[in-house]
Formats: sequence, structure tokens, C-alpha cells
Amino acid sequence: MSTLKGRNLISITDFNKEEYIEVLDIAEGFEKTPKQRVLADKVVATLFFEPSTRTRLSFESAANQLGARIIGFSDPGGTSVQKGESLHDTIVMVSSYADLIVMRNPKEGSARYASEVSTVPVINAGDGANQHPTQCMLDLYSIRKTQGTLENLQIACVGDLKYGRTVHSLVQAMCNFNATFHLVSPEELKLPSSVKMSIKNAGLKYYQYTDLRDIIPTADIIYMTRVQRERFPDPLEYERVKDSCILTASMLDGCKHNMKVLHPLPRVNEITMDVDKTPYAYYFQQAQNGVYVRQALMSAILGVK
Amino acid sequence: MDSKKELVVPRIENGTVIDHIPTVALYQVIHILGLEKYQDQVLIGNYLNSMKLGKKGIIKINNKHFTKEEISKIALVAPFATIIDIKDFAVTDKFTTEIPDHVENFVKCANPKCITNSEQIATRFDIVDKVNLKLKCHYCEKFTTKDTLVINEK
Ligand SMILES: [Zn+2]
Repeated sequence: MSTLKGRNLISITDFNKEEYIEVLDIAEGFEKTPKQRVLADKVVATLFFEPSTRTRLSFESAANQLGARIIGFSDPGGTSVQKGESLHDTIVMVSSYADLIVMRNPKEGSARYASEVSTVPVINAGDGANQHPTQCMLDLYSIRKTQGTLENLQIACVGDLKYGRTVHSLVQAMCNFNATFHLVSPEELKLPSSVKMSIKNAGLKYYQYTDLRDIIPTADIIYMTRVQRERFPDPLEYERVKDSCILTASMLDGCKHNMKVLHPLPRVNEITMDVDKTPYAYYFQQAQNGVYVRQALMSAILGVK
Repeated sequence: MDSKKELVVPRIENGTVIDHIPTVALYQVIHILGLEKYQDQVLIGNYLNSMKLGKKGIIKINNKHFTKEEISKIALVAPFATIIDIKDFAVTDKFTTEIPDHVENFVKCANPKCITNSEQIATRFDIVDKVNLKLKCHYCEKFTTKDTLVINEK
């Protein structure tokens, strides 16, 4: 029986290295055989206190393929939440109806709190700018699948490294696997010192760059994120740096043959369309992997895998 | 010097003296220790002359003895306070406060988007840097620092 039975997944650091690998191994089984009705007698609640169609469909597709029944809401309009019911009361009520709660909520820390109030396990599907651990798990899955291993890789993270929570989680998770980090961002959007400290504490190295071209020959993985105009107090500064974090197909000459480009999606213009046709683009498959990873998490937490 | 202070705030026979409180932190200390509701003599002085701080606050609480853990909470606002335990007018223990590893319930999270600021939830923090006073919220995982520290009003 999995050590993950009955556990919550709120933050990526709630799991250890062995547990990451366990989830990825189970997910591999679901990729081979996606329809396994192992949750046929279970009810999964998907509570979306803010809309996120992409994440919700991925969870619901995963639950459906496992045969689970789904209850919940896709945005709080028209529910008791909108009438002012506290998160506490909503979670207490739902945990008496469901075997597992998947929650997205714009308030930071809401998922941790829900897990303390709930009598059934909680999976965090995003709590504001704080954590989105299933995204990180599918990133790990995509890296392992394309590289054949998670160990000793050259991981480049590009774009908004300051506010991008997916990058913070990915760096923290990859600290378990002897990665070397190449951090490409405008000066204003560098990785926060607390995350750099995680790298140092793991005894690993990171290098910082402002031009994406500098990391193309070294990287095994290029993890792209969006640089938002709103992050810059001075619009001229945005104009000056915006192209330094845009990836085009012609820039990929001279990259490693095993290199893959990942992106948490949705992208805007940080990866040009001509990259899609190269063998290095992996972001659409990456999103698809989310279903297998979420199947694995739900079945491990509910104790059927 | 010492006898002059005793004139301002009288001695107590049994209980606890909290000395060397920064003047700005006096009422926060009272609040953190819940002394507003304490049903016995509490003697309070503020802006008293102090060799150590220039001006200081002092609180004497009759018939109340704190554990080191209880009293450690005040170190967040009064990091150099001296705690003196008194029995029969004599000092039985004397120590300075130490910043604890965790605090619950009385610090407000500095992150306006934190769930603890929109629902009635007791806050919880790990103190990750005692020198620069940096607290990590158990819920939103963001940091509250010396500059953003606010004591919850209840
Ligand atoms: Zn918080």
C-alpha cells in the first residue's frame, strides 16, 4: 500500500523524493492504460472558487477515467460560498459528501487550511500565487519521460522567475535530483533569494543570465514562463527586455538533441509558433501528462494503487 | 537609581516583573500576555528612565508566574526584556526573553491575500530568522518581517 494513502498534497515539499518517484511510476501505468475503473465507488469533489478551465478539466477527466463520480462547482457564483459561507463551513460540508477534495481558491494558504478542516484528503489545485503542486508533478513527469531520468540534469528556467510559482516549485523539487540550474530573467524578475537558498542548501549550483541564447547549448530542459508587462513599473523597461526571454525556432540551432522545451501554458508570445514544429517542443504533451499524474495522485491518496 | 524606580512602580510580593520593555511595545506586551483580562493587580509603568534603553516600560503582575514558553512570545516585540520571578519579595529567577521557534495566534500575516486575513483562523508562523526577525506563515508560506509585524487585535 502506498505511503500516500490518506495524505494531502498542498505544497510540493509535502512529498519527498521517493514519493515523487512513486507517483511518477503510477502515472506511467495510467499512460499505458488510462481507463482503469479503480475509483468506481468513490466521489471526488472539485471545488473551484475561481474558474480555471484547464486545471478543472484535467482533474475531472482524470477522475472520470478512473470511474469516480464528480461533484462540485466550477466557479462560486450561485453557491452558498457567494452568499458568504466561510471556507471552513463549505469544506466541513463537502467532506461529508466526498472521498477526496480537489480545491482551487484565490486565497493564499486556503488549501493548507482546508486540509486541516477536512475529514478527507485535499489536493491543492492552486491557492492564489502560492502553490500548484500537481503542475509541478506533471513537470517532473514530463522531464523524466523525455530525459529518461530526473538525475543530474541541466535545467534552464526562463522568464518571470520572481513571481512564477511553477518555477519555484520546480526548482525546489529538482533540488532532490542533483540538478544544475540556469536562471534566465530580466534583472527585475530574478529568482527570489529564498528559492536560491533551497538550491544552496541542497549543495547544488545555479547560474544567472539575462539572455536566453546563453543557455541554449547547455540545457537539457528549457522551462519557459511568461513575462507580464504589468510586472514592470516602467513600460520602457519592459520594451527593452521583453525580447530577451522569447524563444524562436532559429535560436535552437546548436541545442542538445535531447533538449525539450516545457511551458506551464497558456503561452502568449514567449515561444513563437515556429518552435511548435521542432522536435524540441514538448509543452502540449506536457499538459496531456497532467491527466496521468492526477490519476496517479488520486488513486494513491485514495489507497487503490 | 533602582530605589527611585521602585517608588514609581511599587514592589510586588509574589509574581512576575517584566523589565526593559521598549516603550512602544508596552501595550503590545500587555496584549500578547492577555493581561487586559487578568483578575489581579497589574502595575504598569512606561517612559521610566533606563540605563539600558534610555526610556523603558515595566510591568509587574501579582500572583502570576509564566512558563518560559509563554513568556517567549513577547520577545518578538521586546527582544531584550528581563523576566524576574518574585516570591516573598525575593528574586527566585531572572532571565532575558528568547525568540521562540513558532508563534501562534497573535501575529497578523503581512500578506493581504492570505486566508488568515479573510477567515477567522488562528495564525501560525515558524520563525525562520531570529536575528532579523523573519516569520514564515504556515498557511500562505509568505514572510512577515520586523518591518511588517503587526500584533492581532482581538
Ligand atoms: Zn499568511
